[in-house]
Amino acid sequence: MAEVTFTRPEFRVRIDKELCQQCGRCAHQCGWGVHKMDEETGYPVPDSSKCGACHRCVTFCPAQAILVEKNPLAYKGSDSFSPELRKAVWRQAETGGVLLAGMGNDKPYLRIFDHLLLDACQVTNPSIDPLREPMELRTFLGRKPDKVEVEYVPDGDGVKPKLKTEMDRLLQIETPIVFGGMSYGSVSLNVHRSLAMAAKELGTLMNTGEGGLHADLQPYQDNIVVQCASGRFGVHADYLNAGCAVEIKIGQGAKPGIGGHLPGEKINEEVSVTRMIPQGTDALSPAPHHDIYSIEDLRQLIYALKEATGYKPVSVKIAAVHNVAAIASGVVRAGADIVYLDGFRGGTGAAPTVIRDHVGIPIELAISVVDQRLRDEGIRNRASVIAAGGIRSSADVAKAIALGADACAIGSALLVALGCHLCQKCHTGSCSWGICTQKPELTRRLDPEWGAERIVNLVTAWSHEIAEILGALGVNAVESLRGSHERLRSLGLDQQTQEILGVKPAGIGH
Amino acid sequence: MSPDSATIRRVPTGPARRGPIGAEPARKVAGQPGTDKGAVSHEGTQARIDAGGVYYKTLNEQIREEMLNGAQTVILENVNGQRYIGGGLSGEDVRVVINGVPGNDLATFMTGPTLIVNENAQDGVANTMNSGLVVINGDAGDVLGYGMRGGRLYVRGDVGYRVGIHMKAYEDQRPAMVIGGKARDFFGEYMAGGELVLLGLGSDGEDIVGSYLGTGMHGGVIFVRGEVAEHQLGKEVSIAPLSAAEQSRVEELVRDFAGWMGLDAEEILERRFIKIFPYTHRPYGKLYAY
Amino acid sequence: MIDRPARKYGGLTLPGTRIPDVGRRPSYTVEAEEGILGNCGLMGVCDEAGERMSGELAVRSMASMHDRGNGLGGGFAGYGIYPEHPDHYAFHMMYADEDARQDTEFYLARQFAIDHEEPIPTRAVRGIQDEPLLHRYFCRVDAERLQETQLSEADYVVHAFMDINSGIDGAFVASAGRNMGAFKGVGFPEEIGEFYRLDEYAGWTWTGHGRFPTNTPGWWGGAHPFCLLDYSIVHNGEISSYGINKRYLESHGYQLTLRTDTEVVTYLFDLMLRRHELPVEIACRALAAPFWKDIDLMAADDKEFYTALRTVYGPGLLNGPFAVVLGMADGMVALNDRIKLRPLVAARDGNRVYVASEESAIREICPKPEKSWMPRAGEPVIARLRGAAFGAAPQSVPAEVN
Repeated sequence: MAEVTFTRPEFRVRIDKELCQQCGRCAHQCGWGVHKMDEETGYPVPDSSKCGACHRCVTFCPAQAILVEKNPLAYKGSDSFSPELRKAVWRQAETGGVLLAGMGNDKPYLRIFDHLLLDACQVTNPSIDPLREPMELRTFLGRKPDKVEVEYVPDGDGVKPKLKTEMDRLLQIETPIVFGGMSYGSVSLNVHRSLAMAAKELGTLMNTGEGGLHADLQPYQDNIVVQCASGRFGVHADYLNAGCAVEIKIGQGAKPGIGGHLPGEKINEEVSVTRMIPQGTDALSPAPHHDIYSIEDLRQLIYALKEATGYKPVSVKIAAVHNVAAIASGVVRAGADIVYLDGFRGGTGAAPTVIRDHVGIPIELAISVVDQRLRDEGIRNRASVIAAGGIRSSADVAKAIALGADACAIGSALLVALGCHLCQKCHTGSCSWGICTQKPELTRRLDPEWGAERIVNLVTAWSHEIAEILGALGVNAVESLRGSHERLRSLGLDQQTQEILGVKPAGIGH
Repeated sequence: MSPDSATIRRVPTGPARRGPIGAEPARKVAGQPGTDKGAVSHEGTQARIDAGGVYYKTLNEQIREEMLNGAQTVILENVNGQRYIGGGLSGEDVRVVINGVPGNDLATFMTGPTLIVNENAQDGVANTMNSGLVVINGDAGDVLGYGMRGGRLYVRGDVGYRVGIHMKAYEDQRPAMVIGGKARDFFGEYMAGGELVLLGLGSDGEDIVGSYLGTGMHGGVIFVRGEVAEHQLGKEVSIAPLSAAEQSRVEELVRDFAGWMGLDAEEILERRFIKIFPYTHRPYGKLYAY
Repeated sequence: MIDRPARKYGGLTLPGTRIPDVGRRPSYTVEAEEGILGNCGLMGVCDEAGERMSGELAVRSMASMHDRGNGLGGGFAGYGIYPEHPDHYAFHMMYADEDARQDTEFYLARQFAIDHEEPIPTRAVRGIQDEPLLHRYFCRVDAERLQETQLSEADYVVHAFMDINSGIDGAFVASAGRNMGAFKGVGFPEEIGEFYRLDEYAGWTWTGHGRFPTNTPGWWGGAHPFCLLDYSIVHNGEISSYGINKRYLESHGYQLTLRTDTEVVTYLFDLMLRRHELPVEIACRALAAPFWKDIDLMAADDKEFYTALRTVYGPGLLNGPFAVVLGMADGMVALNDRIKLRPLVAARDGNRVYVASEESAIREICPKPEKSWMPRAGEPVIARLRGAAFGAAPQSVPAEVN
C-alpha cells in the first residue's frame, strides 16, 4: 500500500488527437512535466496528477488540441468535510508534513469590496469628464506636518510666499498604485526587471521584497523601495541607499507571524550574490525581527535606517491582524512615514496553507479602523497608509482609497499580467510561465521589455478607470476621494461591519 | 404634532410686529417677478424700451411684441441682468440694441437677428444659437457659444472659461466667434465644428489664453493671434501655420469684426496667426478594451 | 405644565424645571438637511476705508438675482453694524421654542457676561412665516472663567457655539462674532432683508445670499451665511469633497452637526486662518489648489511651497463647483473653484470692492465701476480694511484687487 495515494488529480488533461500536430511544444512548455511525448505514437501522454491548470501548454499549443478540465470524479457529498479537506488529510497522512500553498487565501470568505458601491453626481453638482478636463491622481507618500508655515520673501517689486516649515522627504507617485514586495529569489530576475522598468515609466514604486536588489536594477533606484526583513538578505548600506525609501517588513498578509523559507535549490549564483548568502543554502527568514521584540525596538530600527540613508522615508509593512489599529498607531508613533497594511488575501510565494487561509483580517476593515484610529489620535498626517492584500481591480483601489488608504499596492495582479494563472504552485519553483522560478530555461520565457509593457498597460488602464470614477464623483483630485466614506454605500453587509467601515447602507442619502 | 398659529403667538418673546403675520410684501426692488412694463417710445421702425426694473419675462414679451408690430430695431435702455434677451428670437432683418449689462443666456436658441450690447455681457451668451449676429462691446463671461450651430459672436474684450464649448457645424451652418481680448482655460473645449478666432488685443504680455486649449476638440478650427505654449494645449490638438485659404478666411472675419468694433483691421492683421486643430477625429481610439 | 428633567450641556448641569406647555415648533437643529445644493446667488461688498453702507444695498443687489434662488433661503452678514457694542460677541440666536431659549440663556449666562439682550427687530413681510424666536445677546467673556478653562478667548467662544448647536435641542446660533451679525431665514433674500429691517443697519462689509435648495424644504438655520466667530460664509455650489473635508475637520476637534457643505467651508477657513495662522491668500491656495501641471512649471522654490501646501492640506481641498464669499472682521475674500464651475464677477469703485454671481448684481448698486473683471479659477479676490492686519500677511502683499 505504501506507494498508493488517495488524492486524485484535481484536473484532467486531454489531447485531441485529431487536432494534435505532434510538435512536442506542450512537453517543452510544461515546467512540471505533465506532458511526455510517446516515442511510438508521437502523441503527448499527459500525467494529470502534475497539472495545476496554468494553461502554459494550452496557450502555446499551435493546434488548440489541449483541453484542461476539472476532474469530474465524484466524492460523496458533505458540506462539512469537503473533498478539499479530505485531500488535505490524505496528503498529511501520507507525508506528515505541513501543507504549503502559494498565492493568496482562496477561501470563500465575505469579499467586502464586492459589497461596497461608489457614488456619482447627478444634476446638483456636475460630474467631470476625465478625458478632457484635468484629473489628478498624483499622490505623495510620507510624513506631512500638521500645518504649513509661510514667510514672505522679496520677489521683484513685491513679495512672495516661501515655505518656512521643514518638510520630510515625500515619495511622489503619479497614480495611487504601487507594487508590493516580491523578492528576487521567489520571483525571477526578469520579473524584477519588468517591475522596475514599468515603475519608472509609470512614475510609481516597485518594492524589492526581502531578497536584495540585483545590480542590474541600480538605474531604477528612484522608483525602488528596498526592503529590510528579518532575514536581512542583501541588506548593507549601499543597498539601503539604492532605493528612494526603505521598508521594514514585519509581516505579510498571507502569513502573519510566520517567517520565510526559500529552498536552497532556488539559490543560484545570481540569487546568491544578490542575497549575499552562499549558493545552495536555504534562505531562512525568522518569524520576527530579532532586534524588534517591542514597539520601542521598532523605533530604534526605523531611526537606524533613517540615519543610514540620510532620512529617506521608512515604510513599515504589517499584516492586518485583529489589533491592527493600535499596532498601526504605534508604528506611526515609532516614526514610520508609511504604514503598509497587508490584508489576509495577500499573496505569497509559499506559506503554510493553514496560516494563509485562517489568519488575519480583510484589508477593507483594516484600512477603515487604522485610518479612523490615526484620525482620532490626530496623527493621520504623520504617515501614509498603503493598502494591499486582495486588490484585484481599479474598483478595489478606488474603494480602498475611499475607505482611507493613501495608495494601494498590488502584487498578484502584476503577476497575472505577466502570465500567472493563479495555479498556486509558486512554492515548487518550476513555474511554467517563468515567473516564480530560477530555472534558466524557464526564466528566459519572460522578456522584461514585454513584461514591463504589460504592467504599464495594466496600471495605465486602471488609472484611467480611477479617473473615470473620480469624474463621476465630481472631483478632480484623488485626495478628495481619500477617506471619504460618504462616497461609499454598502449592500448586504451586516450593521456592525458597516459601523466598523463607517459606511452607510445603500439607499440612505447624505 | 404641529402647533396651530394661535399657539405660536402665545410664545411671549415675539418681536414687535406691525400687523399680523405676512401682511405686507417686501418692498419692490429690481429683479423680482412683476408684470410692470417698461415705457416704450417709437420713431419710424425703431422702438425704444426703458428696461429699468422690468422683469425679464415681461421685457422679452415686450421685445417680441414690438417686432410683431413691425419694429426693425428695438433699443433697450437701462438693461441690468434681464435673462434670455433675444432668446428664441427669429428674423433676419431685426436688430436689438442693449444699453446696460444683459443677464445670462443672451441670444439663446436665436435664429437670425442682430444683437448689439454696448456694455459687458454675462455667462452663457449664444447658447445653442442657430444663426444671427451678437456683438458685445465689452467683456463677456463663461461658457459662451455652448453648442452654437451657426451665426457669429463678436466680443471686443476678454472672455472667461469654456468659451466656444462644443461649437459645431451642420450642413452649410458654420458658427464663428471672434474674441478681441484674452480667453481663459478650456477655450474651444469639445469643439466639434466652426471657427474660433482669438486676437489677444491689449494682453500686455499676459497669456492670451489659459490652459486646456481645445481639450476634447474633434472638429472645427481655432486661430490665435500670437503664440501658445505646448503645455497650454489639450491633448487632442496640434499647432500649425495657416494655409493661404485659412489666412484669407481669418482676414475676412477680422475685417468684419473690426468693422463692427471700429478697429483697424490691418493693424490687427499685422501679427501672425497660428492654427489649433484636432489631429484626429477619434482621439480615444486606443483608450478602450473589449 | 411639563416636567423637564435635569440636563447636561457642555459640562453644565441644568436643574429640572416645570414649564408651561406652549407647544413646539419644528426643531431648528435636529432637522438637518441633506446638503445644500443648486444654483444660488451671492454677493459681497466691502468698503476698504471702513465707511459704512446701508444694508439696503446688499438687499437690492441680491434682489436683482431673484431668479437664482427659489425662496427657500436668504441671508446677509453685516460687519461694523454694532458700533455701540464693538467688542461684544453678538450671539444671534434662533429658538424653536421657549425651552430652547431658557436652556440657552441659562447656558450663556453661566459662560458669559451678557451686557445687553433684546429680540432681533423684525417687520412682518408677506412670504416670511414660521420664523423661530429670534433673539440676540451681546456677550463678554469673563476673564476668570477663561482662565479656568485655559482656552484662548476665540476657542472659548467656539466651544460655546458648538455646545449650543450640538447640545441644546431647538437652539441655533446664527452668528456669534464681534461687531457683526448674520440675518437669515426661509424666504427670498429681499424678503429676508425686509423682515430683518436691514435698511436700518449700516456696515462696512455686507455679504448676501439667495438659496436654491433642491431636495429638502429650507429651514431657518440652514440659510446662509454660516458663521463662526467673526467669519461668515455665503456659498454657491456643492462641495463634492464634503466627506473627507468633514473627517479632516473632525480630527481637528470640530463638531459638524448640520450636514451641509457650507459648514465645512466655514470651519476650514477657521482652521487655516485662525488656528494655523495662514495668510488668507495662502489659505485660498490650499482650498482651491493649483493643478500639479501648473506647479510643475513653477520655479523651484515656488514648486516646493505649493507642493507642501497641497500635500499637507489635501484633505481640505474643496473639490467640486463653488463660489464663496468669506466675510471677516477686517475684510472680505471671494474665491471660486479651481476649474471655475460657478460664476463670480468682481468690481472696484473707489474704496469699494464688489463681488457677485452676476455682474448685473454689482451694477445694480454701482452702475459704473472703475473696473470690473472675472477672477480666475482659484484666484481669490481680497478686500482689506485699511490698516487692518489681515491674517499673517504683510501689508506689502499686493491684493488682487489693486
